Amino acid sequence: MKFRSLIFANLFRKKVRLILTIGSFAIALVLFTFLAVVNSAFSRGIDIAGADRLVIVNRIGLIQTMPISYGDQVRTIPGVKYVTQDHWFGGVYQDEKNFFPQFAIDVDNHRKVYPEFIVPDDQWNTFVKDQQGAIVGARTAKRFGWKVGDHIPIKNTLYGPTKTWEFNLDGIYHTEKADGDESQFWFQWKLFDENVPAYAKSTAGWYILKLDSPDDSARVAKAIDAKYANSSYETKTETESAFAAGFAKQFGNIEFLILAIGSVVFFTLLLVTGNTMAISVRERVGELAVLKAIGVTDGSVLFLVLAESMMIALFGGLLGLLLAWVAIPVISTALTGLLPPLLLSKTMLSLGLAFAVFVGAASGLIPGISAMRMRVVNALRRV
Amino acid sequence: MIRVDGQGNGKSLIQVRGLSKTYRRGGEEIQVLQRLNLDVDKGDFVGFMGPSGSGKTTLLNLLGGLDVPSQGSITVDGDEITHMSGSKLTQWRARHVGFIFQMYNLIPVLTAFQNVELPLLLTKLSKSERRTHVETALNVVGLSNRMDHYPRQLSGGQEQRVTIARAIVSDPTFLLCDEPTGDLDRKSADEIMALIEELVANHGKTVLMVTHDAVVAARAHTTLHLDKGVLVEASKLEQGVVAGGVA
Repeated sequence: MKFRSLIFANLFRKKVRLILTIGSFAIALVLFTFLAVVNSAFSRGIDIAGADRLVIVNRIGLIQTMPISYGDQVRTIPGVKYVTQDHWFGGVYQDEKNFFPQFAIDVDNHRKVYPEFIVPDDQWNTFVKDQQGAIVGARTAKRFGWKVGDHIPIKNTLYGPTKTWEFNLDGIYHTEKADGDESQFWFQWKLFDENVPAYAKSTAGWYILKLDSPDDSARVAKAIDAKYANSSYETKTETESAFAAGFAKQFGNIEFLILAIGSVVFFTLLLVTGNTMAISVRERVGELAVLKAIGVTDGSVLFLVLAESMMIALFGGLLGLLLAWVAIPVISTALTGLLPPLLLSKTMLSLGLAFAVFVGAASGLIPGISAMRMRVVNALRRV
Repeated sequence: MIRVDGQGNGKSLIQVRGLSKTYRRGGEEIQVLQRLNLDVDKGDFVGFMGPSGSGKTTLLNLLGGLDVPSQGSITVDGDEITHMSGSKLTQWRARHVGFIFQMYNLIPVLTAFQNVELPLLLTKLSKSERRTHVETALNVVGLSNRMDHYPRQLSGGQEQRVTIARAIVSDPTFLLCDEPTGDLDRKSADEIMALIEELVANHGKTVLMVTHDAVVAARAHTTLHLDKGVLVEASKLEQGVVAGGVA
């Protein structure tokens, strides 16, 4: 690129202005990236949901339970391969701010329905034999410094009268995907059932079904809900992704909120950079006129302006992403329990950079076009 | 041989025929140039003089392909430029015209070397070839020891020398100078004029120069006066004045 020296020289012409504009870009990119990871954290369940899995909940709401007998009944419906059930425990480890989800699980079918949760066989076998056993996700284990063999006391908050339930940590699970959920704590549904009050005995919080084929999902869901229509425990059966989306919506319309804030960030950045580029072009009308006079084409003039605005965007974007890369893990740790884990993926970094370059190009477009259309004679007269 | 009667032999480097330029300001039409004729041969050095608003710069802009006439034609080295498209005209300027402005118009963030190199960036010359050309041009204007200086580190006369180096570096067909000494003291102006004369005498350059300064204009081979949109040779103007009439 023959005009490289000119582009760089113009870039560093007003250093304070350059630093401020790059700073605006960097801060906007940090905000953009933070919003994107929050959105991603809330929609992660939707993204990783199995296409061949259905979730059955009580039609009244998620906190209402269903009889444990439903599991065997549902298993007989054609198209259903495996059925497992979970139950929310809602206990507290040491302090309420140490939140992580705890589920009473069905050890016979859980692994069949959730093959993406990987537990070493020896650890799983120990867990199955140990009625007070527990399996925890790698992230939660790391968070509290737990290792296999530790005794974990969890304060019971929902199901009296036992104040604290003691668990033996028999295993640690990982997920196939880097952004999988490694925060859960599992223990045996049998233990749960034996220790809860009568009203909660023989119940399941929700059922998860693995189907023979995703194509069966609509038919099976309809069949299940029809089967329990007008019963004491009517059901609502939906795909796992729809269930996850509904769960995320309990926190409010996160996506809309993030889109709204993101749009404000985008337009503010566009105006700030566009204004900077417009001033910058106006300041050197005479120089651009001379370039055109000596034979630089209109297209090249547009290229020079766009290249400059895109370089600013690129530098600001890279700085912002670097800051985000450093800050987001810190923020994620600080917000543990309040928000799902915030993970900054390579895709998000690429998206952030593409966003920055796009804003750079868009903000340089109008000043670039006006420079391109400028008449040399008029511009020279103004010098 | 410079002629303004339109009776040239057709072999002139620059041929202007029936050139008119009209501007519209508000509802009013202002005729700046009226049916001008001009023939300039290769190696000629022409000075244009005239009062402010007489159309000197307009004529220079038209000759340099920066503006389009309302009527008439301009032919340079066989190319009729008046009907060229914008992009063709841009390419033509890069190949044929060297501009020297009153205010130098150097890019302040580029060194003297980089400023002079600019027109060569539009060519297919290699980096080393460009370097050779730039060094030669700066040597011609006597600034080979100021290559890495920025415009702010140069005097007005030196800045104008860089502008001249930039104008000649791509070896254009002719040079257009718009008040090249207008912003300089007498000593610097003399040096610049000596340089332009040297370009004409030793390098065979064709130069068309607009100036207000009669001393500067006197150094051209021929001085043409532009008044009320009409070109008149200086000698004929003097005869007209002596006779008590208007040329």
